[in-house]
Amino acid sequence: MERNNIRRQVALMRQSLFTQGYLDEQFVQLEELQDDTNPNFVEEIATLYYRDSCRSLQTIEKSLEKTPHDFNKLDNHMHQFKGSSSSIGAKKVKAECQQFREYCRAGNGEGCMRTFQLLKKEHATLKKKLEAYFQMARQAGPIETASRPK
Amino acid sequence: MNLNNGRGSMSTASSSGAWKSGDVVPDQFPAGLRVLVVDDDPTCLMILEKMLRTCLYEVTKCNRAEIALSLLRENKNGYDVVISDVHMPDMDGFKLLEQIGLEMDLPVIMMSADDGKSVVMKGVTHGACDYLIKPVRIEALKNIWQHVVRKKKNEWKDVEQSGSVDEGDRQQKPCEEPDYSSSANEGTWKNSKKRKDEDDDAEDRDDTSTLKKPRVVWSVELHQQFVGAVNQLGIDKAVPKKILELMNVPGLTRENVASHLQKYRLYLRRLSGVSQHQSNLNNSFISSQDASFGAMSSLNGIDLQTLAATGQLPAQSLATLQAAGLGRSTAKSGIPMPLVDQRNLFSFENPKLRFAEGQQHHSSGKPMNLLHGIPTTMEAKQLANLHQSAQSLGPVNMQVNAHGVQNNSLYMIGQPQSRGQILNESSGTHVPRLPSSIGQPMVSNGIPSGVIGRNGISDVGRGTGYNPVPQNSSMLNFPLNNTPELPGNSYTLGSTQGMSSLTPKGSFPDEVNSEIKRSGGFVPSYDIFNELHQHKSNDWNLQNVGLTFDASHHANSIHGSLDSSGLVHQGFSSNQRSAQSRNPSNVGKAMFPMGAASTDHGHAQNSGQHLSNGLIVDNPVRIKSERHSDASQNNFFHDQYGQEDLMSALLKQQGGVGPSENEFDFDGYSLDNIPV
Repeated sequence: MERNNIRRQVALMRQSLFTQGYLDEQFVQLEELQDDTNPNFVEEIATLYYRDSCRSLQTIEKSLEKTPHDFNKLDNHMHQFKGSSSSIGAKKVKAECQQFREYCRAGNGEGCMRTFQLLKKEHATLKKKLEAYFQMARQAGPIETASRPK
Repeated sequence: MNLNNGRGSMSTASSSGAWKSGDVVPDQFPAGLRVLVVDDDPTCLMILEKMLRTCLYEVTKCNRAEIALSLLRENKNGYDVVISDVHMPDMDGFKLLEQIGLEMDLPVIMMSADDGKSVVMKGVTHGACDYLIKPVRIEALKNIWQHVVRKKKNEWKDVEQSGSVDEGDRQQKPCEEPDYSSSANEGTWKNSKKRKDEDDDAEDRDDTSTLKKPRVVWSVELHQQFVGAVNQLGIDKAVPKKILELMNVPGLTRENVASHLQKYRLYLRRLSGVSQHQSNLNNSFISSQDASFGAMSSLNGIDLQTLAATGQLPAQSLATLQAAGLGRSTAKSGIPMPLVDQRNLFSFENPKLRFAEGQQHHSSGKPMNLLHGIPTTMEAKQLANLHQSAQSLGPVNMQVNAHGVQNNSLYMIGQPQSRGQILNESSGTHVPRLPSSIGQPMVSNGIPSGVIGRNGISDVGRGTGYNPVPQNSSMLNFPLNNTPELPGNSYTLGSTQGMSSLTPKGSFPDEVNSEIKRSGGFVPSYDIFNELHQHKSNDWNLQNVGLTFDASHHANSIHGSLDSSGLVHQGFSSNQRSAQSRNPSNVGKAMFPMGAASTDHGHAQNSGQHLSNGLIVDNPVRIKSERHSDASQNNFFHDQYGQEDLMSALLKQQGGVGPSENEFDFDGYSLDNIPV
């Protein structure tokens, strides 16, 4: 009973992540890769992503502090960051990345900085949500950690 | 795809050349397809790996293009398809694509988050089989096997057309449905594979005309000839046609030479341009068979070239050295490529060693022997030595110490030139070329520890044959006195655990000894360290070390130098290692040139620095006898210093050594007599 409740909650949480636009189809792809040999695959990937992306963000932040802005470099960094964010299905984060790159191409330093703040926020928000989700999923037990909504 | 999990493993044949037995494969195909994934983003890499595994492929992943290239080179037939990211920090994905196409002719799939038309077009023009947009979905990966089959089919057809399907067992049977690779393989694939497997010596050359893409195997000898020809013509004037003529190898085409030349040039450029990349430089070049190219040739060639360029090494000498080096390298082929990287740093040192040998050629005036004594593998020591030899390098030399790093970087720093040399050295077998000429900042001061100590030394030790370019003898004179800050340089040399190439203490006995004798003292590195060491007392100037080992200026230095010198030999590395671990601080000290040791004996480790590099410790016996007083430079190179022994000996001495005179057990070290 308890378990069922938890499971239901997990499912709901998951669903909302999608409907609210935090995650996209790519996340489902990851879930599908999860199997018995890798029961925590998605969580592992998310952890890896966050560890790596924090570093990237710091690099970008440092670059942003230097003026005049080296848009080329910023664009390159962001391209990388966007690639990894998209591979885990971080939809909102990806959108901000895209916006940032456009500002870079336009040479709009102000826009870049603003977008970067938004990006960091999205990045942190998603992190919290995923952590909560994974934690609950673990509680629910192995069986239902990743239900594929399809 | 019908993946028979059950037998999947079988067909996968991960073993290279798995597709040989076509019969077995087909059913499982594409299961077991051997994929190499290259992407610097760890998240993507992990996801891709999982996806590919789910497709029942055999996955190897790496996050650096250089590593990927070396993996591919090591095992030419170990992979069926490569997937690479476009944007990578160390090498552009398209460049990697080109290289793979040139060398291995494998299907390469590019991928990127960038879906702009121009980028995709670039992929096409560079020869990519396919272009995937990130994020990659598993469905896209499921079908990558088609590229493998297609390629094989095309090759097969070509082979057939050419009529000579090659002598091997190419089962010609064009099973036109080549089951996937098995038949296709046979055509060109297998043939070349076979050929290659059977003889390293470019047997393929002969088949060039018959095969669509006869892969010439650039064996050591062949490469040697190539480099010799290039040197003869002068790197700037070397054109494929002339090189081909000079080489006079039947079956070799101008195209083969041209593409090889291109790679060689890239290699040279990389060597000169990348001081910091210690490792990368030679990695690519040093792949297994091609290793000869890389290891030896590149090192030799490059170094020689560089050296030659700098004027230090006359072209002839270069050729000789190269030949020698190459020759030796073959012998030593043990040198693992990775060493190279490190070695590069060390090559710095190595060159010195070689230099010593080369001395004979070059009359640099200084007893280049420095290098001689220096075992190619000398890791840290060598570097130190190199530094010394790098005297000519001038400022660099001492720099090594500056960093005091236990890392190998020490070496590098000091010797800008060493870089070039180190590169040479890295090849492991090359005789350490005196970096002097190179002038390239080899070891930029910050060189990571790993660099020098590790590989560099090994090369040095190995350097067989490569006569170190007598770098302008000045190398030897490293002004150790400068006491470059080598504070405890981390004799990376010794410490390099990586020194695989380094023959364990004494591995190079023959070389070292001979070298030492010649040079009498080589160990430039010691000097350097000495300087660092605080023992300034010793005149460590590299001069002592390399040149004449003025007998040990300081007992302390002896530590270091002993290590280095000894290390130079072979034990160098081993010693170093031990030494290093012992006293990082000593590292610097240890450097002091053996030569110095000869003079001072006392120094031996006085400072406790004992470079314990092992060298010294190693042959306490030797050292004792030597008592550096004679400044026999050679002494340092004991080849087999048992590091521990030396260290202990030194250490012991250290304790008592207050004054330079000390009772360093270095006695044995007196440079003068290093029994070589």
